[in-house]
Amino acid sequence: MTSAPARSARVRPYAITGGRTSSRRPLLLETLVSVPDFERAVCRELVAETREIYVLCRAVRSIAEISAGLGIPLGVVRVLVSDLVDEGRVRIHPSPAAAGMSEHVLLERVLRGLQTLQH
Amino acid sequence: MVYRPSSTDLAPSAISTKIVIAGGFGTGKTTFVRSISEIEPVTTEALMTEAGAGTDSLSATPDKVTTTVAMDFGRVSVDADLALYLFGTPGQDRFWFLWDDLIRGALGAVVLADPRRLADCFPAIEYFENAPDAPFIVALNCFDGILPYEIEDVRAALAINPEVPLLTCDARDTASAVYTLTELVRYAMSRTSDPVFA
Repeated sequence: MTSAPARSARVRPYAITGGRTSSRRPLLLETLVSVPDFERAVCRELVAETREIYVLCRAVRSIAEISAGLGIPLGVVRVLVSDLVDEGRVRIHPSPAAAGMSEHVLLERVLRGLQTLQH
Repeated sequence: MVYRPSSTDLAPSAISTKIVIAGGFGTGKTTFVRSISEIEPVTTEALMTEAGAGTDSLSATPDKVTTTVAMDFGRVSVDADLALYLFGTPGQDRFWFLWDDLIRGALGAVVLADPRRLADCFPAIEYFENAPDAPFIVALNCFDGILPYEIEDVRAALAINPEVPLLTCDARDTASAVYTLTELVRYAMSRTSDPVFA
């Protein structure tokens, strides 16, 4: 059993998720998260990392951006965002398929968007 | 880790999709993402323990928590409410479980290859050949897009399926990187059976 400081630093994030390493929702790296009705009072009820996520997501952010922006590992972000959804604090934006967009229409829109970048 | 909030915030109604930029170590993945991204490309970390996605507790295997893996990513707004994320695969090929996470839901992948070190991209090509849902193309990253060999010789050396698009690009050049993405999207469209505008 080692007691390397680096290791304890790695373990710590899971203390804030109660040891959980998986979320109950399919949160992809690019899944967008936002706060529909930001309330300052809610901030006081939330603890450190969860509050930071709530504040950051006043603007629409992806799971990956939340992780990078706050320096919280992806697995932890997924668990905490899932909790915030359960509490009705944040909204998960649907995937294109869940929003009713066919694969072909999605690809067409991406292609058109990329083509405008070329000019 | 520097994070700069985007000056181009996404619309409240935004939805998102992604493309994966894969390849061996040092083939220009980060440069490619940087050429296109409208946000400062950022790095996020995943803990090795995400390999055990099915388990809900670390208590049984505390020693697994040892390593972090960095992934670079960027973003392009292809439409007012459609964000395209670009994720570079981690440099170390042994983190395959992260590739599964990266590719889930992706439109497809660009495998970047350095023509001087072709063998470095073999593991990435092999990965995508075994991931049939994710279309991929191979882009040879060359200075100014100039390849010192015949491209069909490279195709033979890579031993890729004849239908897989193979092109040259310059990862430093925005127009070239964007063109590479459009080739991937066109290829993906050719594989979808949806009737247009169903």
